[in-house]
Amino acid sequence: MTPNLVYVIVIGVLFGAGVSLLLERTLTRVLIGVILLGNGVNVLILMGGMPGTPPIVGETAQDRMSDSLPQAMILTAIVITLGITAFLLALAYRSWQLLGHDEVQDDAEDRRIMDLAERDEGPHAKEHDSDDPPTPVDDVAPGRAGR
Amino acid sequence: MYAVALVPAATFAWALTHTGTIRSGAAVTETYPWVPQLGQELAFRMTAFPWVMVLLVSGVGALVLAYSAHYFAADEWGLGRFAAVFLAFAGAMFGLVVADDLLLLYVFWELTTVFSYLLIGHDPTRRASRWAAMQALMVTTFGGLAMLVGFIMLGQHADSYRLSTVVDHLPGGAYLVVALVLILLGALSKSALFPFSFWLPAAMAAPTPVSAYLHAAAMVKAGVFLIGVLTPVFASDSPWQQIIWVCGALAFLFGGWTALRQTDLKLMLAYGTVSQLGMIGIVLAGGTRTAALAGAALLAAHALFKATLFLVVGIVDKSTGTRQIHSLSGLGARRPALAAVAVLAVASMIGLPPTFGFVAKEAMLEAFWEGDAWYRVMLVCLIAGSALTVAYGLRFLWGAFARKPGLDDSPAERVGLGFLSPAALLALAGLAAGLTAGLAAGPDGILSVYAGRYPGTGHIYHLALWHGLTPALAMSAAVFAAGLLIYLATNRTEAWKSVRMPLTAKEVYRRAIGGVDRLAVELTGGTQRGSLPFYLGVILIALVALGGGLLIAGGPWPLEARLFDTPLQLAAGGAIVAAVVSAALARRRLTAMILAGVSGYGVAALFVLHGAPDLALTQFLVETVTMVMFVLVLRRLPARFSERPLKKVRRFRVAIGIAVGVVAAGMAYVAVGARQDEPVSTLFPDLAVSYGGGENIVNVILVDIRAWDTMGEIAVLLVAATGVASLIFGRDRALLRRGGSRPAPPKTGEHVRWLARPEPEGSRQAIILQVVTRLLFHTIVLFSIYLLFTGHNDPGGGFAGGLVAGLALAVRYLAGGRAELNAAAPVDAGRLLGTGLLISVGTGAAAMLLGGEVLQSAVLDFHLPLIGHVHFVTSVFFDIGVYLIVIGLVLDILRSLGAELDRHHESGDEPESGTGTMPVPEKEAA
Repeated sequence: MTPNLVYVIVIGVLFGAGVSLLLERTLTRVLIGVILLGNGVNVLILMGGMPGTPPIVGETAQDRMSDSLPQAMILTAIVITLGITAFLLALAYRSWQLLGHDEVQDDAEDRRIMDLAERDEGPHAKEHDSDDPPTPVDDVAPGRAGR
Repeated sequence: MYAVALVPAATFAWALTHTGTIRSGAAVTETYPWVPQLGQELAFRMTAFPWVMVLLVSGVGALVLAYSAHYFAADEWGLGRFAAVFLAFAGAMFGLVVADDLLLLYVFWELTTVFSYLLIGHDPTRRASRWAAMQALMVTTFGGLAMLVGFIMLGQHADSYRLSTVVDHLPGGAYLVVALVLILLGALSKSALFPFSFWLPAAMAAPTPVSAYLHAAAMVKAGVFLIGVLTPVFASDSPWQQIIWVCGALAFLFGGWTALRQTDLKLMLAYGTVSQLGMIGIVLAGGTRTAALAGAALLAAHALFKATLFLVVGIVDKSTGTRQIHSLSGLGARRPALAAVAVLAVASMIGLPPTFGFVAKEAMLEAFWEGDAWYRVMLVCLIAGSALTVAYGLRFLWGAFARKPGLDDSPAERVGLGFLSPAALLALAGLAAGLTAGLAAGPDGILSVYAGRYPGTGHIYHLALWHGLTPALAMSAAVFAAGLLIYLATNRTEAWKSVRMPLTAKEVYRRAIGGVDRLAVELTGGTQRGSLPFYLGVILIALVALGGGLLIAGGPWPLEARLFDTPLQLAAGGAIVAAVVSAALARRRLTAMILAGVSGYGVAALFVLHGAPDLALTQFLVETVTMVMFVLVLRRLPARFSERPLKKVRRFRVAIGIAVGVVAAGMAYVAVGARQDEPVSTLFPDLAVSYGGGENIVNVILVDIRAWDTMGEIAVLLVAATGVASLIFGRDRALLRRGGSRPAPPKTGEHVRWLARPEPEGSRQAIILQVVTRLLFHTIVLFSIYLLFTGHNDPGGGFAGGLVAGLALAVRYLAGGRAELNAAAPVDAGRLLGTGLLISVGTGAAAMLLGGEVLQSAVLDFHLPLIGHVHFVTSVFFDIGVYLIVIGLVLDILRSLGAELDRHHESGDEPESGTGTMPVPEKEAA
């Protein structure tokens, strides 16, 4: 099969823009990145099959039909992307509702461990002295004051 | 507790019924298949030595359980768990001693470790017991894993893990040495021999019955048991005997010395156990017939007297409230029966006739009387260690029972018969074994079978109380005299107590554990930055490096390419590229969303040009639903994105994006160029008609050929819908409001009075739109049903139909708010989703129940009056399920992201800053 350059370029642009947005911290942008990436992957799969006439028996000759298998896979992917989009949107809204923004935060527990590493302490540093549970390190996110 | 004790008691009785078989030297074997593919079997084999262990494990287990009934208060916390774990431990120990397969042995070995962890940590509220349990677990698991490697080395070489086979196919040289050392690590750590002794005294945090069982009779015996089983094979292989002897001697001497310094009776016994296990290890590794006989006898004697002593300490502890020898006084006079039991046990420990301990010790001294220099050295160690044993044995009796000057008699509660009798029975068993030692039916007869695996050397030694005036008897007397002197000397003065053990393995352990913890913190802190963009960046850079590298290195790059199939593709592609680039650069949410939507429609156009009408239809519909969703949510979110990160970070992200885009485009180019085989889908047209009964191949693939994929997909949709609902409806009982049966009070008045009254001031309802949608709604729904049923032969199907119906609902909602939505779909979205999944799964299951494959479809052609010929395929039901689920998803989205967000807005349940400007964004960490 000879590659179709329009597809190649569309795939490259969709992937590139999708990944750039995916690396952002705003959930809405991440979500748009996911959608673009999804479209890019769909075109990639589509490109794997021969183009042709609609794969409907009786309408056209079989040897001129487009490849139907990638199409079925893409159909599944499109609808799943819809589900993921809805979920991420709800996530973004929830984040905004609770924190006042829809930014992806750094993980507080990871930061606590990084602090321990900087202080050259073990994970049980506090536990040897008292039975108190380790006190959580407060997140420095100013956005939390939103509500 | 008594009821639980019946289980080990029954095991004990079962073992006794095999006495005859065992005495004749035969073995009781049972084999069950386990993992036949790997040649694994549950192979059990009980010969004389395991048989003795079985008797000890089950007999002592039953007695200790009976004792526990008195030791614990009836309503004590966690008693049921204790009994269960104890019994499970006894079972694992039983399995360990009779296992004939190295891997099976290892499994039981680790099971005892795990159960002992639970038993030592019986009281999880105490830090000491948690620490001790964890320490025992770490040390013995470390040894166990080393042992497993050793086992595997031997097993792979012999091509069998059967103990009885492995010993006939031994490797040689360094390979064997490594395997032996690894196995020894397991044995030494389990039996708390040097340098692993430290975990055992700490494990005294366990309840006393646990100590009596695990740390006297059962678990710690596993290590020396393994030595006893393997020595007949390995005694002549170089490091085996020497390692055991050195480690055993160190444990024996230092353990005895440390025991002498203790003031806590239980700790004294614990160090005594370390010491005794060292001795048993030395003797079992002796490698001669007499040594084996002596070792097995010592092992049995130790189990009997040490379990007794632990039980006695438990009674002392419970009745007086202390185990400190400086607090106890005059107990012997007040509790003579208890004292008598203790004296009997100590007599066996320090080797006084006529106890079994004496018999065993005689045999031991005899076994090491002759031999090379190593044996001489060991004999000296054994004598010295035994003298220490005598000293701390006497000190134990003095500490527990003697009347001490300057101390009032300890108050002591009455000791019930049931409490004392298990200890008494064990002590008497030790005495009885001593008295009958020489008889053929007694210990000598049984243990000789085990010892008989060694070639006899002319004179055959027998266990007996009296051998005449032998060197061993003289040494026994000397040991006792020396021990007495040490006891008298150390009991007088306290100065010697400053002599400390030079080696503290405990410190090594603490540092090792601490070091691992520190390493984990550094490693985690160094790699887990907690920043999502950082992780993604790493993954994507790896993709670019690996994928791109392969592309450049591998190729092959097709030389031919065509620009497009039709010029229209060029137009669609150009639109997509323009929309995508602008979307990525957009600063407003709505702009970005609309541009992304445009690119989606462009992709749909590509689908059309490719010859994929189903895809195009679905893509158009999905893009539209997505737009609606975005609008619903974005009306609440701030209009602009938060500030862009630092320029440098942004450039980096864009660079990664471009790199990934280039690699993806390259992959597409190469992958398509490399494709040369006939696609499988050339078979589908015929299959679709003959088996699927449909002409639209894509739809037949979805509902028949690859129906499992669709099944998974609708499950994902269901989960996503549920996730959306739970995120928006949140933690309160708002979820109840999701149901159409309990709609929030409609703003526009009652359903029947629609448009019958003027709209309230400031209403945002668009009357004309409402009227038009009401008129169109049913037509659209009808069209969606048409799509559903026609999908099998023409573009359409469950997905497209469901999306169209969903859009109809969306339009109703957009026009008239949640009241209109509730009027249009007075049904719970969750119920729709559930019904849909049920129908789809039901279709698949029904096909299976009717004798076909899961999800197989049947084609029915029949004639109905008036309607005419009907071509009916059962997979339509599957598609109906899909249809319902898609409607449910859209309805759920509208209820959550639409109606519920309205409610949040009306009730002011939103961040104050949310109306326009963003809060100060967090500083970028990546």
